Amino acid sequence: MRMTQLILVLASAIALAGCPKRPTTVPEGAGASVGNQGAATAGAGGGSVQTGEQLTAEQAALRELERLGMIIYFDYDRAEIKPEYVSVVAAHARFLNGNASRKVRLEGHADERGSREYNIGLGERRAQAVRRALLLQGVTEAQITTVSYGEERPAAAGNDEAAYSRNRRVQIGYGQ
Amino acid sequence: MLGTVTIATTEKRRMKHTMSTVYRWLLTLVLFAAPLANAQLVVEITRGQANAIPIAVVPFGWEGAGTAPFDVAQIIAGDLARSGRFAPLERRDMIDRPTAGSQIKFQDWRYLKSDYIAVGKLVPGGGDQHAVEYELFNVLNGQRLAGQRVPSSTAGLRATAHRVADQIFEQLTGIPGAFSTRIAFISMDGTPPQQRYKLIVADADGENQQIIADSAEPMMSPIWSPDGQSLAYVSFESRTAAIYVQALRSGERTRVSARAGINGAPAWSPDGTMLALTLSRKDGDLDVYTLSLATQVLTRMTFDAGIDTEPVWSLDGKKLYFTSDRSGNPQIYEVEVDNSSKLRRITFEGSYNARPRLSPDGKQLAVVHLDNGNYRIAIVDLGSRAVRVLSQGKQDESPSFAPNGATLIYATQDRGRGVLATVSIDGRVTQRLAARSGDVREPVWSPFPAR
Repeated sequence: MRMTQLILVLASAIALAGCPKRPTTVPEGAGASVGNQGAATAGAGGGSVQTGEQLTAEQAALRELERLGMIIYFDYDRAEIKPEYVSVVAAHARFLNGNASRKVRLEGHADERGSREYNIGLGERRAQAVRRALLLQGVTEAQITTVSYGEERPAAAGNDEAAYSRNRRVQIGYGQ
Repeated sequence: MLGTVTIATTEKRRMKHTMSTVYRWLLTLVLFAAPLANAQLVVEITRGQANAIPIAVVPFGWEGAGTAPFDVAQIIAGDLARSGRFAPLERRDMIDRPTAGSQIKFQDWRYLKSDYIAVGKLVPGGGDQHAVEYELFNVLNGQRLAGQRVPSSTAGLRATAHRVADQIFEQLTGIPGAFSTRIAFISMDGTPPQQRYKLIVADADGENQQIIADSAEPMMSPIWSPDGQSLAYVSFESRTAAIYVQALRSGERTRVSARAGINGAPAWSPDGTMLALTLSRKDGDLDVYTLSLATQVLTRMTFDAGIDTEPVWSLDGKKLYFTSDRSGNPQIYEVEVDNSSKLRRITFEGSYNARPRLSPDGKQLAVVHLDNGNYRIAIVDLGSRAVRVLSQGKQDESPSFAPNGATLIYATQDRGRGVLATVSIDGRVTQRLAARSGDVREPVWSPFPAR
């Protein structure tokens, strides 16, 4: 389970590391020959793994966080952090407290049920729950950004509870 | 740039006196073979009306040399068939091909059990210009009901045919036809986390698809400007939500809201000068605001700590309907634009009513309604507050009224894939529009085209 989560995190990290995201916009009637720029966001490898080199303390701490968990899962229509994730959030708070220059990005997500813009609200609520927990544990406002994708960026395809439960989540991401 | 169009007709014999499905008509629209291969829409009537009106749309004559540049009658018959209210006579059953009223032998068409007959011809007017002439008759009494001569360029013949279908539909049903309108929708291809999102505009019959915007990041919530010339939508291209307005003809795009937090659920005011939208402040409280497009003046409309989103304007622009979960679950409320303290709850039936859309007459809201565990499209009557469930899926969302109010389009699922569906406002006629691959969703019906 942990391994698949980690793969998901790495995969989305790779995807997010891609090229410019500006969509190709096309005037109506100008034909539909749409270029492919920005289509392949997955570069060749993640490029962040430095084998054979000494890991900095910060890198080692990040590795440990990835091992602990970068995703917080939620119950249906809920935004409370469940007991099993309290220690995960606390570990991220400790890391941010010890690395004041680091910024964290919290991506809130919802499962696909119900209307899309309302689900943007549910994803936001989850991202805010994690944000508040971090703030309460000493992380500063300037260190945190949040975004809600609602049901627009599912982690798992499918129309059953197994997929839904993996999609109701907050993904914790550290930029450069 | 026109793609090939293949029309596969698998018409089962019409069983006129059965209560159930009358017939199925499959139109496979192969559009823009190369760039849009994955977005081809297959239009299928899934339930027709038991008492569909039999009509003969006779192939139009062509008074020029060679073969006719366009099959006008085929477009008209296709439009009428897809409305579910008409059952066009098959061409192979036509024993005569009159192209003017004076040539119609009404006795023959009475024998073929057609109630109405449309005949016409395409008259070359020199160069690229033509005239489409048509006449509509009541077969039973031979009365001429309509007739018109419509000038048209060759490239405009498809649109002209839709206009003729609009006129015939209105003549026979009393409801303006909506065959000349368009739909916008979002398509999504690929599997997580490698998806591709496109904003697409197509004719109401699925033809003439155009990619309006294409992104590796999500796009959502498209909505037409009241003049039908622009779309507003949400794009996450900058890794956070922002609202854009894009002019369709020029492709020119303006970012109208990229404030911190959520920028979502744009809705154009009836006069086109304002957007209602949803913003969240840094603390994540979603509220509805109005934004003047000319002055950028922002006015807060809701002040509740819960989720307030999905605004839509009343016809007079004086009220906003929106979704709020301030009562504990999502319900529809209304607020006065000039006095946000005047607030009223609209829906009370069921534990989930969201994403309202106003009917063109302003008397009803289409909403997403939780119905025995299934998310379905329901109509809320603003007078009686009665709720009527219209769709029958598990995961139906994003209802949008046709501008004539006769039909709703919405997103649903078919074997796990996102497809579009339409349902007539009486629930009797349904059809499905599916892409060949990937998901399509968030359909929005355009206003009537300017005449």
